[in-house]
Amino acid sequence: MHKVMIPIGPQHPALKEPESFLIALKGEKITDFAVRLGYNHRGIEKACEERTYIQDIYLTERICGICSHTHSTAFVQAVEEIAGLAMPKRALYIRTIIGELERVHSHLLWLGVAAHEIGFDTLLMYTWRDREIVMDLLAAVTGNRVNYGINTIGGVRRDISPEQTKDILSGLKKLEERTKYYIDVATKETTIIKRLSNVGVLSKKNALSLGAVGPTARASGVDRDTRRDDPYAAYNEIDFKVITDDHCDVYGRTLVRCGELMESYKILRQALQNMPEGPLTVKAPRKIPAGEAVSRYEAPRGECMHYVRSNGTEKPERVKVRAPTLANVQCVAKMLEDRQLADLPIVIAAIDPCFSCTDRLVAVKEIGSRKRIMKWDELREYGIHWYQHQGVDFTELNKRLKRKMK
Amino acid sequence: MAITLFQMLVFPGFLFLSFFGLAAEYFDRKLHARLQNRVGPPWFQPLADFIKLVSKEDVIPEDANPRMFKMMPIFALTSTVTAFFYIPLWRHAGLYSFTGDLIVVLYLLTIPTLAFFLGGWYSTSLYSKIGAVRSITQLFAYEVPLFVSILSPALLADTWSLKGMTIFYAAHPWYWIFNLLGFFVSLVALLGKLEKVPFDIAEAETEIVAGTFTEYSGRLMGLFRLGLDVEAIVGSSLLAAVFLPFGLALPAGLGFVVYLAKVLFIIALLTLARTVFARLRIDQMMELCWRYIAPMAFLQLLIVLVIKGVFLK
Repeated sequence: MHKVMIPIGPQHPALKEPESFLIALKGEKITDFAVRLGYNHRGIEKACEERTYIQDIYLTERICGICSHTHSTAFVQAVEEIAGLAMPKRALYIRTIIGELERVHSHLLWLGVAAHEIGFDTLLMYTWRDREIVMDLLAAVTGNRVNYGINTIGGVRRDISPEQTKDILSGLKKLEERTKYYIDVATKETTIIKRLSNVGVLSKKNALSLGAVGPTARASGVDRDTRRDDPYAAYNEIDFKVITDDHCDVYGRTLVRCGELMESYKILRQALQNMPEGPLTVKAPRKIPAGEAVSRYEAPRGECMHYVRSNGTEKPERVKVRAPTLANVQCVAKMLEDRQLADLPIVIAAIDPCFSCTDRLVAVKEIGSRKRIMKWDELREYGIHWYQHQGVDFTELNKRLKRKMK
Repeated sequence: MAITLFQMLVFPGFLFLSFFGLAAEYFDRKLHARLQNRVGPPWFQPLADFIKLVSKEDVIPEDANPRMFKMMPIFALTSTVTAFFYIPLWRHAGLYSFTGDLIVVLYLLTIPTLAFFLGGWYSTSLYSKIGAVRSITQLFAYEVPLFVSILSPALLADTWSLKGMTIFYAAHPWYWIFNLLGFFVSLVALLGKLEKVPFDIAEAETEIVAGTFTEYSGRLMGLFRLGLDVEAIVGSSLLAAVFLPFGLALPAGLGFVVYLAKVLFIIALLTLARTVFARLRIDQMMELCWRYIAPMAFLQLLIVLVIKGVFLK
């Protein structure tokens, strides 16, 4: 059978966001694979430079619809570090709790999406139904299902009352029970195992050299978790395990995420029980002193990094965001080597991609290449000459038009 | 003549079959939804879908062969409706019957898959072409087990006609128990024929959009979907006639109810399968069908031969 090139995207039922994969197929086998990102570039970094720090919290929160708390916390942490604020303990605990609730809803969402990609819609319906429990908890605690708006510079904006604590604990009980059931389904159902094991293999060596992060790396046996390695918020006071697995395939990634769900419940219980009393915020200056900081945060998808540079005004001079998907997307080509077309959706889904969070614009000047950047006038001039060459000439017409206008 | 036309076009022919197909689709979707903890569609949803599709514009791709593109849905629908005339429903014989009609029915039931293949191939879209190739590949996986498992009961009855089979099984009411393995095999094969999970490889949404049907729209799509609904009924009716051959001598009204119950039972089994399984890959399906399902079909054949040769002498 001869080779065919198939476009998966920018619009395709397997993809929840616009991105494009061009694959070369020989029969059912994938022989070549190319990714093209950038359909969702929104200019958020530049927009951050135009706004004040307080406005930026809400802007960075909207980088991602799933891990919104991730981005706002990462940004706020960087700003707090520059300003040298001593954070109140209670605020750190509340950030941890919201962050873990977010991880729970993100991992449950992923489980559903993964099941859908292999045509197992029943699991999708079940997990998304139970995800509503954690969404309701988030709505009750913060007022929103996504974009919680709980962070502010120097603390958090809302407290968690004892009644809410009780609600969260009872919700966790239900979730834990359901998660155990899903682990059971995912690890015992034959067709799932058939579709997931030995698919999308990423060896430990490759995971390290390609810079994989989060569950993708941990499923390849890389013991790396920002929560433990570089603790932020209240994680240094909480006892939890970093889940790793050495299956190196999609099945391993499923196991890691399921295990992380169980760990998240543990973290949440500890955080809720050990939450100290105290103020929620410290006073933060409106103008942040000059300086720069890098902040790392373990998002559900992996390590998220924010860089902020301030210049003593009320607006940041530079904000840089590195979403976890950018680190993981390079691995996809490796994972798809010698796989079949049927494996493509689940392999892409297994890194839990979030493409609109990833899209950044970088202008690369290639030295010695014939490509060049044109100004508008140059481009116009070029166009006129190109059409003249084709035999379309408006010079006479333009002259006549000018005369008439006079 | 008028009665024949009525039988062919209205009852139990085309019109009845279409409505029963839509009703069975509703039953399938509702049951699927309830098993998945969803509410599911209202009872008129399949009919509403069909009316909506029929009222929409047909879009034919520029590069496609318009004649083949338009003909294939009609081919798929007519061949299944034709097959229905030969299947005994609630009497001992179908509308028509002759020696060897079992083979003809099986042959007619293969045509929709060929129509999917040709329709997908001639629509020239890449996704359709891959879907088309996949559906024909699938055909080779399930067709042999289906044929062998359906021919075994016929062998036991010593006839190639469906009428002869039902009469034989009416005379020996408990013999259908010998064919249970064949029933299971043909259920699996029917799942493949109807392209349902775990064998919906040819229209795997997350891989190749809608496979064969990617370029189809409007009336032609409506016909294809109706064809699939009808194929589900005809396939289940065939299985009911061959493997569950009881209740055929009952009075007309009661016999009809028993027939509906049998078909809905088979459709419920198919729905259950598509609820609890994930989609297989094409190579995994081939392996499953040739390594496990086909030997099971031959085991059924062996069972029938042994019973016939040793016990029924």
